[in-house]
Amino acid sequence: MTEHVTATGADVADVESFRLQARAWLAENMPRLVPGESDSLEAMMMRGDDIWPRARELQRMLYDGGFAGICFPREYGGLGLTPAHQHAFNEECTGYEMPLVLNTPTFSICGATVLDMASEEQKRQHLPAVIRGEEIMVQFLSEPRGGSDLAGVTTRATRDGDVFILNGSKIWSSGAYAADWALCLARTDWEAPKHRGMTMFLLKVHQPGIDIKRIKQVNGNNEFCQEFFDDVVVPASDVVGEVNGGWAVASRQLFHERNAVGGGSPYVSGAIGTPRRGPGTHTLIDMIRATGQSDDVYVRELAAEAHAIVRVQQQLISRVTDGMRTQQLPPPAAAIMRLYAGQASTRLAEIGVEILGSHAAASDDGQGVGYGQAFLMRQAGSLGGGSTEMSRNIISERVLGMPREFAADRDVPFSQVRQGR
Amino acid sequence: MDFDLTADQKLFRATTREFLDKEMPLTRVRELADLGIGFEADWWKRGSELGWNSMIVGPDWGGDSISGEGLVDTCIVAEEMGRLVSPGPLLGANVVAATLGEAANAADHADVIAALMADEAVASWAVYEPARGWSPLTPAVRATADGSGYVLSGVKDRVDCGDQADYFLVTAAGPDGLAQFVVPAAAPGVTVTAEQSLDLVRRYARVDLDGVRLPATSFVSPAETAEAAVNRQIQIAVALQCAETAGAVSRVFEFTVQWAFDRYSFGRPLASYQALKHRFADMKLWLEAGAATASAAAHAAAQRCAEADELASVAKSYVGQRATDIIQDCVQMHGGIGVTWEHDIHLYLRRATVNRTMFGTPSEHRRRLADILGV
Repeated sequence: MTEHVTATGADVADVESFRLQARAWLAENMPRLVPGESDSLEAMMMRGDDIWPRARELQRMLYDGGFAGICFPREYGGLGLTPAHQHAFNEECTGYEMPLVLNTPTFSICGATVLDMASEEQKRQHLPAVIRGEEIMVQFLSEPRGGSDLAGVTTRATRDGDVFILNGSKIWSSGAYAADWALCLARTDWEAPKHRGMTMFLLKVHQPGIDIKRIKQVNGNNEFCQEFFDDVVVPASDVVGEVNGGWAVASRQLFHERNAVGGGSPYVSGAIGTPRRGPGTHTLIDMIRATGQSDDVYVRELAAEAHAIVRVQQQLISRVTDGMRTQQLPPPAAAIMRLYAGQASTRLAEIGVEILGSHAAASDDGQGVGYGQAFLMRQAGSLGGGSTEMSRNIISERVLGMPREFAADRDVPFSQVRQGR
Repeated sequence: MDFDLTADQKLFRATTREFLDKEMPLTRVRELADLGIGFEADWWKRGSELGWNSMIVGPDWGGDSISGEGLVDTCIVAEEMGRLVSPGPLLGANVVAATLGEAANAADHADVIAALMADEAVASWAVYEPARGWSPLTPAVRATADGSGYVLSGVKDRVDCGDQADYFLVTAAGPDGLAQFVVPAAAPGVTVTAEQSLDLVRRYARVDLDGVRLPATSFVSPAETAEAAVNRQIQIAVALQCAETAGAVSRVFEFTVQWAFDRYSFGRPLASYQALKHRFADMKLWLEAGAATASAAAHAAAQRCAEADELASVAKSYVGQRATDIIQDCVQMHGGIGVTWEHDIHLYLRRATVNRTMFGTPSEHRRRLADILGV
């Protein structure tokens, strides 16, 4: 199982030979999913807390096989290959059990941000551990006081010699209870305008002074957490970037988040569904048959629309990624992918209940009700990872160059900014 | 079009754009409309000398692509034409020339191919029939054997550039099933009648086929490959049509964004209102997604991927709908001027609407997609 495939071999740069190596290695080493078992992350999340230790095991298997951290540089434990290699690998691992839960935020947001913004020492401390499956990371960004106005954070970090003392609260951190380290944004200068008084910390999640509560969502999922900080001690050496320069780190993190939520991250590893039938369509077609609606023209059109939505999403991701790579689109264009994802999930949830009809409200095996549950959670796709309203602001202001929204707190010392209750 | 065009493709695009800007600006399009002319043969011939009709056809027939994907190169022309709602038989010429060049009996059609390649003849793809939706595989026009040749009877309508075409590629129900024929417009029994068209310069016609006698050599593909040949024509037609629509929408979006910067209400530009900014963001998203899926369909067809049929219907179902959504929203952004004859936006809305409905509506392509997916 731990035999090293020649991921460092001479011909590995060739995507197709990498694909063949991956295919052979996966068949030998990775556990297959039970036929009919959904390989979606949502389905896995419903299986309970065991997914976390299991994900660590699976990631370690990938690492030992030479297929972990495909797009991360070699010096930090990755393979240093291209997005095309990652894409080929993703196509090959359909049908295998993969550590999908580590993709976001650990690899695609936190790992990517550490790679771009952290010190050499921090990169060497965290990235190899992440790629080996030994370190799970989480974002401590949003606060109970509001989600979109991230730069208005009020979690306080006060310098005390070689350490900072943290007080406050963070929320909507997915999987924090199972994580090891967090990227935590806190206010370090209350007299500076809001964007200039924050600092990003690498924060050990399980330590004295941090209390984690889990939040139950409408569909029963309780992966989201809220954290309460009570005089938490953080070494100054764990500051990422500059003290009071946290916004630069957070901005990069948000870029990676939009990329990840939009589907354009090169650090995501795992099945992307078969090309022939998109991940959302496959089960939908089965449900249409099971409910005897195959001859209904309206239902057939809805199924085709669902398929087209997924297909166009893949095509859009590829186009926007090309645009950003060739600098014909600016980096904020990642928000275009994020907005598409929000609109797509809305429409797919609608199509699900439209096709399932009252089976979505009551069904013996729970399959139909699954579509009802997905509908109840519909708006999550337009909220998590930054709301679609924020995406629209970003697209209009930073892609199309339209005037910025008025902000009452611009250039005002943060201590004088009005806060709600 | 794609973000990663080759240097040669960029040069070709620039040459085509320069020619169209100079020779067929919107003012000229309006003049042609007033004169009741679809396109001028001389203009078409000069434009075609840039290579517009010789990139999809194989090298055996003198074709020569720029990038190795002739359809993708031709889509560059279609997109530029969309930006200026140009007239001309680009789609018909290329669909017919590609079909004849790929036919098993291509040698029988050598004269027509040569004439199309030399821009000395205009061809059109005659697939619609009166009072029927998009059903290219089940024509009612009948072809019966007549000695060594055939006799065609029936009616085609919504034939693109019909009153200016020299040849029609006609789908018919033949003795052995689906069949296609090359019908000269001048053949006895062919009557062409111009129809009223929504587009100002893209004109359609009804073609009556009344006992039209054709030689055996007019036959295009054997029954067992006819369906594949028509599906191939759909791939090419949809790719060109979606590229043209993408070009039209991107131009409308450009001048509407500029309008939002220049137009002031309550002492501030329209572009400063969040309610409008968010609509522009949605439009930008649909625009990029439309360009993405149009491009994917063109590449898949050019490379003859197994998924080319599927991606054609994905693209048409998406682009057809979203393009008119965007332009209608842009009309709203313009206010009352947007629904006047004077403003150019209606030229684009006409073209996008024609392209949305012609060769399969979004709904018709969703039904086709459901068949392809095996729902």
